Amino acid sequence: MMKISLAAVQYFWDRATLMAFYAQAAEMPLDIIYLGETVCSKRRALSVADWLALAQDLASTGKEVVLSTLTLIEAESELSLARTLLEKFDGMIEANDYAVLRMAQQLQRPVCAGSTLNVYHPLTLQTLQECGVQRWVAPVEMSGASLHDLLQQYALETELSPPQTEVLSYGRLPLAHSARCYTARYANLPKDQCEFRCADYPEGLPLFSQELQGLFQINGIQTQSFARCNLIPHWQQLQQLGVDVMRISASTPDCLGVVQVLRDLIDGQSGRIPAASSEDCNGYWFGVAGMKHVSLI
Amino acid sequence: MELVCPAGNFPSVKAAIDNGADAVYLGLNNKTNARFFAGLNFSDYTIEKAVSYVRDHGRKVFIAINTFPQADTWRQWQAAVDTGAALEADALIIADVGVLRYAAERYPQLPRHLSVQASATNLESLQFYHSQFGIKRAVLPRVLSLKQVERLAAKAPVELEVFGFGSLCIMAEGRCYLSSYVTGDSPNNCGVCSPAHAVRWEEKDTALETRLNGVLIDRFASGEAAGYPTLCKGRFQVGDQVLHALEEPTSLNALDLLPQLNAIGVSAIKIEGRQRSPAYVAKVTDVWRQAIDLLQNGEQQYQAQPRWHRVLAGLAEGSQTTLGAYSRSWQ
Repeated sequence: MMKISLAAVQYFWDRATLMAFYAQAAEMPLDIIYLGETVCSKRRALSVADWLALAQDLASTGKEVVLSTLTLIEAESELSLARTLLEKFDGMIEANDYAVLRMAQQLQRPVCAGSTLNVYHPLTLQTLQECGVQRWVAPVEMSGASLHDLLQQYALETELSPPQTEVLSYGRLPLAHSARCYTARYANLPKDQCEFRCADYPEGLPLFSQELQGLFQINGIQTQSFARCNLIPHWQQLQQLGVDVMRISASTPDCLGVVQVLRDLIDGQSGRIPAASSEDCNGYWFGVAGMKHVSLI
Repeated sequence: MELVCPAGNFPSVKAAIDNGADAVYLGLNNKTNARFFAGLNFSDYTIEKAVSYVRDHGRKVFIAINTFPQADTWRQWQAAVDTGAALEADALIIADVGVLRYAAERYPQLPRHLSVQASATNLESLQFYHSQFGIKRAVLPRVLSLKQVERLAAKAPVELEVFGFGSLCIMAEGRCYLSSYVTGDSPNNCGVCSPAHAVRWEEKDTALETRLNGVLIDRFASGEAAGYPTLCKGRFQVGDQVLHALEEPTSLNALDLLPQLNAIGVSAIKIEGRQRSPAYVAKVTDVWRQAIDLLQNGEQQYQAQPRWHRVLAGLAEGSQTTLGAYSRSWQ
C-alpha cells in the first residue's frame, strides 16, 4: 500500500505556526512525518529538545517520525548538530548530505538518503544500501522512465530487495542551495546580519521574469520552483513503478487538505482527481523541463 | 602547489602546458563530463594525442568523468573509466558514488579525485568518500569561506583543490537543478548548464533579449554588454524591483588569496573554463604560473600585480571579478 509522507517544512515559520501545523498533521492520514530544519542552520524556531519532544508526540499518534538534517553543511557546528540528533533520536534520520550518511553509518543508525544525494542509478543505490540506507528519495529531476529503469535493473542485478523508494509528489521543488542568502540579498543585508528576513516570507519570495512569468521561489539560501510539482493524478503509475512513499511538501501552513485527497484516491474512496492548477508542474516526471505541465488527456 | 588548467581541445592542452600548467584536466566528447558542448572535448583518438603531449612535457593529465549516469546510460560512464585507465591518466575526476565504486574496485591503483560536482563541503563528507573509495584529492565547491577552507584543510584526510579563477557557480555544485527545471537538460545528467540549443538572442527595437527555452532571462539596453543567459545571473523581478536577484555576471578571481590558500595547505588551484578558447587558457595559465612562482620562490613578498588583475578581468564574465564565497561579505 502506497504510503504518504510530509516533508520537513522548508520555510522559516515561527514556533506557534509550526506547532499548529504539526497538530493538524497529527490528525491527517499521513504515514510518515519528516521533522527538522533542512535549509538554514541559523533558523531556530524550535530547539533540538523541542524537535525531539515533537517527534515523540507525533510518534505517539502512530506516525513514523524521521528527523531530517541540513542540505548544505559547511560549519563544524552544523556537523555537531546532526551528530546530536543522531545520538538523541532513536528513529530514522534523513541525510541530505553525505556527511550525515557517514555519521549514521558509523553509529549503525537507520538512514533515509535525501534527494540531494543524487542517486541516479542502481550501483549508487546499492552502495548506499550497503551503508545503511533503508529509504531513498529520488532526485527532483529524475523522470518516471529513469526511475523505472533503475528499479528494474536493481531487481535484476542484486539479490537485495531495494530500500523503500520515495518521490516528492506534491509541493515546490528544492532546486538549489547556495552559500549566499538571497532573501538577505534582496533586503540589502549581508547573510551574517540577515535579521531573519526570511520569516517575513512564510511561503518564500517569488521571482518572476521581466515578463512576469513565475520562475523560482527564493527561500533564504534555497531556490525553489515557483510552480508546485503535482504527481497526485499519476499516483497509480508511481505505485506500479514500485514507489513506496509519496511525499508532500507544504507550501503554506494550511495546505494539508491535499493529504486527504491523496489518501482517498489510494483507498479507493474517491475516483475524482482534482483538476491541476495553472501553477502546477510535472515536467520532470515526464522527462521534459521541470517547469512544464504535461497533460495526458 | 599545483596549477590545474582546463582544456576543451588540443590547442588548449598546448596552451596550458606551454604556459606552465602542472596538470590539465579534460573530458571525452559525450555526456560523461560536465562541459558537454558541441565541438568541445576529446575523442578516443584525440585524447591519446593530448595525453602524449602532456607526458612529453612531464606534466599530469586528469580526466573528468564528473556527471551522473542513469540506468540506461551506465555503460558509457563505465567505458569512460576504462578509457582513463587504459591511458594511465594521472587521476580520474569523479562525482557519482557508483562510478567511484566501479573505478576503485576495477582500477584500485588509478588515483581518484572527487569532483566539485559531488558537493563535498565538510570533513565528514570527505571522510565518507575517502573511506569508501580511497579518493586522493577533493575539489571543493565554491560555497565555502576562506575560514571554512582553512578549518577543512587542517583536518582533511585528502588533498584539497580549490577554484582560483573562472566562471562562478554560486550554487552548491552537483545539486543545482535550475537548468533542468527550465530546459530539461541538467548539468548532472547531460553535462550542460543553460544548453546552447535552448538559448535565443532576440534583437528588439530598443533592447537585446536573451531567452532560455523561451523564458526571458535578461533584457539589455543598446550599448550594454549582454551576458550568456545563465539562470543564476539573469535579471528578474522580485517584489517591485528588477534586479540580479541571485548574482551578477561575474567571474571568481582568488589571486589575492593565493598566499593564504598556500599557507593553509591547499594542494592545487583549479582554473575553470574548458569551454573557453585556447587564448583564454594561455593567458590565465600564464598569470597564475607567474603568481605561484612569485609566491614559491619567496625572494620578495607576494603581491598580486595590477597587470595580472587587468588580464584576468578582461577574460571575466561581465568583465568583473569577485572573491565569491571565500569572502563572507559576498554571502
